[in-house]
Amino acid sequence: MALTPQDIARIANLARLELQPEEGERMLGQINAFFDIVTQISQVNTDGVLPMAHPLDAMPTMPPIHLRLRPDVASEPNDRQANQRSAPAVERGLFLVPKVIE
Amino acid sequence: MDELHKHSVAELAALLKSKKVSAVEVATRFLARLGGNPHNAFLDINSEVTLAQARESDAKLAAGTAGPLEGVPIAHKDVFVTKDLATTAGSRMLSGYRSPFDATVVARLRQAGMVTLGKLNCDEFAMGSANENSAYGAVSNPWNTAHVPGGSSGGSAAAVAARLTPAATGTDTGGSIRQPAAFCGITGIKPTYGRASRYGMVAYASSLDQAGPMARSAEDCALLLSAMCGPDLDRDSTSLDVVAEDFSRDLLRPLARAGKDGGALKIGVPRGWLSELRDDVSAQFSDQLQSVSPLADMRIMSGVQELMRQGAKLIEIDLPNTALAIPVYYIVACAEASSNLSRFDGVKFGHRAADFADLTDMYKKSRAEGFGQEVKRRIMTGAYVLSHGYYDAYYLQAQKIRRMIADDFQSAFAQCDVIAGPVAPTTAWKLGDKADDPVASYLADIFTLPASLAGLPCMSLPVGLGEGGMPVGLQLIGNYLQEAKLLNVAHQYQLATAHHQQQPGAAA
Repeated sequence: MALTPQDIARIANLARLELQPEEGERMLGQINAFFDIVTQISQVNTDGVLPMAHPLDAMPTMPPIHLRLRPDVASEPNDRQANQRSAPAVERGLFLVPKVIE
Repeated sequence: MDELHKHSVAELAALLKSKKVSAVEVATRFLARLGGNPHNAFLDINSEVTLAQARESDAKLAAGTAGPLEGVPIAHKDVFVTKDLATTAGSRMLSGYRSPFDATVVARLRQAGMVTLGKLNCDEFAMGSANENSAYGAVSNPWNTAHVPGGSSGGSAAAVAARLTPAATGTDTGGSIRQPAAFCGITGIKPTYGRASRYGMVAYASSLDQAGPMARSAEDCALLLSAMCGPDLDRDSTSLDVVAEDFSRDLLRPLARAGKDGGALKIGVPRGWLSELRDDVSAQFSDQLQSVSPLADMRIMSGVQELMRQGAKLIEIDLPNTALAIPVYYIVACAEASSNLSRFDGVKFGHRAADFADLTDMYKKSRAEGFGQEVKRRIMTGAYVLSHGYYDAYYLQAQKIRRMIADDFQSAFAQCDVIAGPVAPTTAWKLGDKADDPVASYLADIFTLPASLAGLPCMSLPVGLGEGGMPVGLQLIGNYLQEAKLLNVAHQYQLATAHHQQQPGAAA
């Protein structure tokens, strides 16, 4: 089941990517070529197989994973200047974005 | 002094410790070799930063407070964030980005005394197998500059092979340490998933990404890996709670006594992976399990035979789902990538488009301008397999087959101690050969993907030259936490052979 140009447009919107028309066209061909090798997975019988989200989940010697939480205390220094050094637009310590609410 | 660049990590550490040479002298020698940026291997070099670290190391050596690798230079793949050098992950998106902190791996290696020479070119966000997806230009292979160095840690492999640095860090998501190590004739190891902290490693596919060292020998890799690994429980939620190890401890064990219970080492070779073990079973495998090119195949088999000569026993094993690793890996990795890379929105860091209509338009244009083609393709693929109506058929099914692949390895390790096979079906191809055919490039990852999906430790070591006079790598895969065993086998091989000492003409 091949993807269509409409699929590409829909996914590009979901992924917040602006694609030029010729870019979308090339990507359609390449992604469909990839899905040609993907179709074989639907033939595999996976009845009763638990999905594996994570390698720790498959290590026989490891205890089952659970979310590890650290103590709820401040561990990092407040280093606003260093943290904002690479921001595209900053004013008085705030990140600037275009107006969201009129 | 002129010969300093020819020394291994272990040799340099000894020379520095005995004060036959200073850290500043070593750093100066290597910095001199980086002039003109040979092979386009480096993305950032700052001699002031390097020399300041070298002076610190000299002070520690003088004071007797030196770390185990004090004063030995290393360069970092550009996906490790660094406070004092730019970090781009090979992407225009992060052009000029300065991290407020050092990655845990970077900090640990510095703590062990290593001096940072610079940052190394790589495929954009580590997505690629040829280093041609870097926004800052391809890297050339020191063995033949018309060929790719492999990827995504291509700058790391080329720099070590060309003796521009004695050691480098790499990251391996689906083969990105092993394949470039093989293509450039060096040694590299990806430890068990969770051994090395992912804190400060720019994320590609979080359930697969793992850091590891690339150097000229298993002995050097063992030293580097020992310094890199260890729990980082507060900063990486998938960091293994396993005490740090000395991975050099078993290097000298003879293979005749390296197996379980002190018997002969049992080496499993998967049926169908090499020509000698192909005939009777090839029908079981889809044609996607492509055969290894004849000369490379022969070199790999000779490598296995050398291990047998030293007392190891060969056992045929089955990894029946090998060919499925390609679609499964690219579904899982792209899904995770599409989620991870959503952070690049042009707000807090990274590229922001100059002109846009509103916030959504700002996201779309910034991402369109900042990401290269391969990254966009993987984000799109990932968003698709996670989208409504397709999740079960693709992502969930891939996760189930991922477990089958991991289970196959556990069955195999019930019969053998390590698995041996090819790293790649061919030697390094020519620059541009697969640049326009992403699927051809994905198919060439066949032998590295299964161990990545399972999260197993695995490595590549050079076993001679194959087609086109280009290096061939032998892959070794171990069970979880068996890095010391892999390095033991590789070191025993390297004690008896000289392939790891072969170097390209460009390195002289």
